[in-house]
Amino acid sequence: MVNRVVVGAHYGLRDWIAQRATAVIMAIYTIALVLFLLAMPSSYENWQGFFHQTWVQVLTQTTLLAVLIHAWVGIRDLWMDYVKPVSVRLVLHVFTILWLVSCFVYSVKVVWGL
Amino acid sequence: MEKVRFSIYRYNPDVDAKPYMQDYELEIEPTDVKLLDALVKLKSKDDGISFRRSCREGICGSDAMNINGKNGLACITDIRSLKQPIMLRPLPGLPVIRDLIVDMTQFFKQYHSIKPYVVNDEAPPEKERLQSPEDRKELDGLYECILCACCSTSCPSFWWNPDKFVGPAGLLAAYRFIADTRDTITSERLDNLEDPYRLFRCHTIMNCVDVCPKHLNPTRAIGKIKEIMVKRAV
Repeated sequence: MVNRVVVGAHYGLRDWIAQRATAVIMAIYTIALVLFLLAMPSSYENWQGFFHQTWVQVLTQTTLLAVLIHAWVGIRDLWMDYVKPVSVRLVLHVFTILWLVSCFVYSVKVVWGL
Repeated sequence: MEKVRFSIYRYNPDVDAKPYMQDYELEIEPTDVKLLDALVKLKSKDDGISFRRSCREGICGSDAMNINGKNGLACITDIRSLKQPIMLRPLPGLPVIRDLIVDMTQFFKQYHSIKPYVVNDEAPPEKERLQSPEDRKELDGLYECILCACCSTSCPSFWWNPDKFVGPAGLLAAYRFIADTRDTITSERLDNLEDPYRLFRCHTIMNCVDVCPKHLNPTRAIGKIKEIMVKRAV
């Protein structure tokens, strides 16, 4: 293969919007969570009861998914900025995706108490 | 007469194995106001010191250099405002040709890649293509760029990927033509920038805004390019 600088992958906007949208989701969830936890009496039973409600579980799971999507764009940016050899970058991309998907699967187990 | 101390980056690839910093002391007169005045005087004593200069009034953008760690134009930097010894280095991130002179090929390659001219495929009018005052106003803060490269060479994203990332100067110019109502290839221009490297290497750290000697705001222009892309996509 000839060694040429190639650009023009024609993507980027969707990831950029996703990174911003997921940041908003994380911010809203964090503020709401802090307010809820401050408002209710602090005890193991209370916290367990709170996180057992379906709507809390749904919102927690959605936020965790947002964290993972946000992390994907951010970590991929890191590899693109600093890792020059394409082969190494590809391996790192694949590893990052596997790692984040594993995190997601584990988060389902934790949030839903499976 | 007052004395000014300098520490200047010296490198002549024909003679020097590696770059080094050379100290100078110079007596300046009250009429020597700007850094460039002192540099010209210094060159009359040691004519080996190499730097670019032309208009000496902040229009041509030739004498951009790294002054005490911050990119700027020597001709509009007040010499008495600088901490001594005044450290002068070439613009970071570009290959050094000699002393304070850098090879700007990469920078201009990125600039040319955004087609820095109005393209209009409609039949030319009898006189000129007119704009409303409001449309023309959008170009303020964009057309004034003098291509000195202070911004792009202060941008880490440009340091890491100068061959792929257009850089703040190129993107400011790109928005100047995207915003121009007389241009008819807006969508093509956006396609050209819809790329993880060409546009989206910008992480909004705003070094470009901090150093621009013309007080322009490439970060805002980059934001507006993204805004138009969102408008097109959503």
